[in-house]
Amino acid sequence: MSNKDIKKATHHVNQNEGLIFERSSPGKKGYRLAPLDVPEVDYKKALGSSARADLGNMPEVSEMEIIRHFTRLSTWNYAIDLGMYPLGSCTMKYNARVNEVVARFPGLANAHPYQPAEVSQGAMRVMKTLSDCLLDITGMDAITLQPAAGAHGEMTGILLMHAYLQSKGNPRKKILIPDSAHGTNPATAAICGYAVENLKSNSRGMVDVSALAAQMNEDVAGLMLTNPNTLGIFEQEIHKIAEILHQKGGLLYMDGANMNALVGKTRPGDFGVDVMHLNLHKTFSTPHGGGGPGSGPVACKKILEPFLPKPVIVERADGTLAFDYDRPKSVGRVRMFYGNFGMHVRALAYTLANGPDGLRQTTEDAVLNANYIRKKLEGDYTLPYQSPSMHEVVFSDSIQEQKGVKTGDIAKRLIDYGFHPYTVSFPLVVHGAIMIEPTESESLEELDLLVDAMKSIAREAEEDPEFVRNAPHTTRVKRLDETAAARKPILRWKPASAKSAGE
Amino acid sequence: MRYLPKSPADRAQMMREIGCKSIDDLFAPIPAEYRLNRDLKVPRQMAESEIIDYFHERANANAEDYALFLGAGAYHHYRPVVIDAMVSRGEFLTSYTPYQAEIAQGTLQAIFEFQTMICELTGMEVANASMYDGSTGAAEAMLMAVRITGRKAAVVARSVHPEYREVMHTYTQHQGLPITECDYLENGRVDMVDLEKKITPDTACVLIQSPNFFGTIEDVAAVADLVHKKGALLIVSIAEALSLGIVKPPVEADIVSMETQSFGVPLGYGGPYAGVMATKEKFVRQIPGRLVGETKDKDGKRGFVLTLSTREQHIRREKATSNICTNQALIATMATIYLTIYGREGLKELAAQNLAKATYAAGEFAKKGKVLFGGAPRFNEFVVKTKDDAHAINKRLLEKKMIGGFPLSWHYPELGNASLWCCTELNSKEQIDAAAQAVGQ
Repeated sequence: MSNKDIKKATHHVNQNEGLIFERSSPGKKGYRLAPLDVPEVDYKKALGSSARADLGNMPEVSEMEIIRHFTRLSTWNYAIDLGMYPLGSCTMKYNARVNEVVARFPGLANAHPYQPAEVSQGAMRVMKTLSDCLLDITGMDAITLQPAAGAHGEMTGILLMHAYLQSKGNPRKKILIPDSAHGTNPATAAICGYAVENLKSNSRGMVDVSALAAQMNEDVAGLMLTNPNTLGIFEQEIHKIAEILHQKGGLLYMDGANMNALVGKTRPGDFGVDVMHLNLHKTFSTPHGGGGPGSGPVACKKILEPFLPKPVIVERADGTLAFDYDRPKSVGRVRMFYGNFGMHVRALAYTLANGPDGLRQTTEDAVLNANYIRKKLEGDYTLPYQSPSMHEVVFSDSIQEQKGVKTGDIAKRLIDYGFHPYTVSFPLVVHGAIMIEPTESESLEELDLLVDAMKSIAREAEEDPEFVRNAPHTTRVKRLDETAAARKPILRWKPASAKSAGE
Repeated sequence: MRYLPKSPADRAQMMREIGCKSIDDLFAPIPAEYRLNRDLKVPRQMAESEIIDYFHERANANAEDYALFLGAGAYHHYRPVVIDAMVSRGEFLTSYTPYQAEIAQGTLQAIFEFQTMICELTGMEVANASMYDGSTGAAEAMLMAVRITGRKAAVVARSVHPEYREVMHTYTQHQGLPITECDYLENGRVDMVDLEKKITPDTACVLIQSPNFFGTIEDVAAVADLVHKKGALLIVSIAEALSLGIVKPPVEADIVSMETQSFGVPLGYGGPYAGVMATKEKFVRQIPGRLVGETKDKDGKRGFVLTLSTREQHIRREKATSNICTNQALIATMATIYLTIYGREGLKELAAQNLAKATYAAGEFAKKGKVLFGGAPRFNEFVVKTKDDAHAINKRLLEKKMIGGFPLSWHYPELGNASLWCCTELNSKEQIDAAAQAVGQ
């Protein structure tokens, strides 16, 4: 087996680079301070026993070395800017550069969170305008931008539910969560003091409505549902689901991770959702940055508004904006200040670049792309659920597994073909899941390259399974020993002398 | 739409191959009564030049080029241009969480370097890959202490940032974890007598901040002695991380929860910032969030991976140490670059400059008002009590393009007309003199 079928990528030289500490030597400098214009203070005298002796192994390097170091490191990463990132449920779409530019305008980037309201109107207006946009997109009544990420938004949403139910006399004990849910959902319910009860999916990959009706009672605070769910399937009986919950006094929480399938086409507020979070780093194109920062606004219906985290932005009669801290029913703060404001700026820039027509077209293209891949790969890979796909499609490795090739192997081989892998082994309801979300950002050519690559790997799995199992073959490091990393964790660098002394 | 790489012909071809007549066929799973049959009420599609104009207007409605004397959990320090040059590279900016280690070694190695630097700075043995911010990190540190000790109560110093305390309350309210607050002394430090009274056999942890909200450096060793004698853990929260350039690290603590905004992260009207949690090796399996570890590939080559993930939500679900998933990786990368630029000597020199500026300013302000909390060392913040109302003074300053200190009366009514002022390397002597003048008017 060879790499002759790889069309998208060519193996090329990249630079080696050690840890920054290994480059350090005393006396090298990457900075120069401006001269001090006030009398110097001897810090050892001023701080006494609180003074620090030295800064240990912190590096000493020059500016040139810093540029090379981090540039070299960067070339070892895959990125959306390099190609398709078909990670299901992660919505890795194009991150427009204008978003980065406007977020760095000094008036926004250098604004102190406590500067007076009269010199913060621009920042507050960004937050207010984004809030208004998100409210119409979701069909909800009220919103907070405070949560820092999706899971943080989930926590905020469940706290709102808790506070509301408490105000009705009983916060209840349990949250229902489908077996296909993201791991953050049960973890969030636990943080909010709720027991988690699993809800089984039916044979179509959707919530089993009769099971829900049987499980729903006055002990259940609500259901956390992702829609479209993690199989990329729209919950067609969503209105019945909401009705069952509401009839017993419960609430419907929607995990908005998959909102990229819905924007401009349907609104959660219209189909019965009471509270939901959005991931601005997914649907609204703020960059993932290698794992964050994110932003997880929470939108809710009127009945939950009094409980929103404080402060909330209010518009005064004279048109100026202010923060309202006088919110006696608020669940409290979930974060200091007002949230990841820099992400609010970027998300608003994305919304303005799209407008209503662009947002709708974006959703349509995202769904079109997923369905195209589904059509092209069906047959080469098993499609465990026949229900129509929205913005992502989930296959399984059941054909390839007969030759001992698993989803994780196919994913690693995809790297050799110049792609980032799809989401592996999730959702848990599909054995050997291959979860592909192309997003709207891919051209027909790039989609076809992915299809070709996946078909080619299917052939390789048939003809030379060992070769696939040993992939990737072209990366600067081969498969890494994760078991060893966990068994005896090395979580920081130590100088050679300390290492030998400690061993 | 300019971000969408498809021609009408591409779309038509794809629909033909899928076998659908109109794009709406693909949305058929959505019940008809819930389909949106109108345009969204968002502003119309804008050209890039219009977007630039739009945000210029917003930026201009904010303060620009004002002298800033606010700290209180968000600090204005100079940001070397190298930081943005590096984090603007698409390979850092537009990559995902490094689950696929073979094509994410750049992010993984940078975070490994970050973890190492945080250990060096705090005196702890392990550090995680980041938390959302200092406030949520502090709240998660308390939950971690509860898991370690099996005890179910906490004591928090009143001299901890008021918004951090609010976040701790939010996080712990449904965990059956009562929080008691402990008072401060006239020198600004934790009242040890009060603290001793507040610690009970149920106390899992005591959380203090150093430098605390008043800018005072706590006697961490003394607090640790007392806390450990009672069998509880000590959590030290650090909001102004640059202090570690000259302030002794809190090595006596069991957990350090730090906000890293001071390390090259823009003020950005409050975020995004990055928190980080550091602790002793023996507690590593209770730490929340992602961890990067060193390992080898099949050929024996050094590489890095996310590790110990059995603590995390995607594996453990409701039994995870936290629900955190997305963290603040790019911000941690910013901090790593900043710390690399200043390094072993620069951080010390820079922190010493901050101390000198604040010391000079406190001296000038003492001529116009009363500087509180003398008698214990400070870093770059100090509290001034004035004759006039703090908000009235700030109004006066604002007219002179100066943003004054943080009024304390709301959170600390007992301090009267007092404000928390901050001076960093970016406050010139001229600015400080002008502010002191305006305060005393």
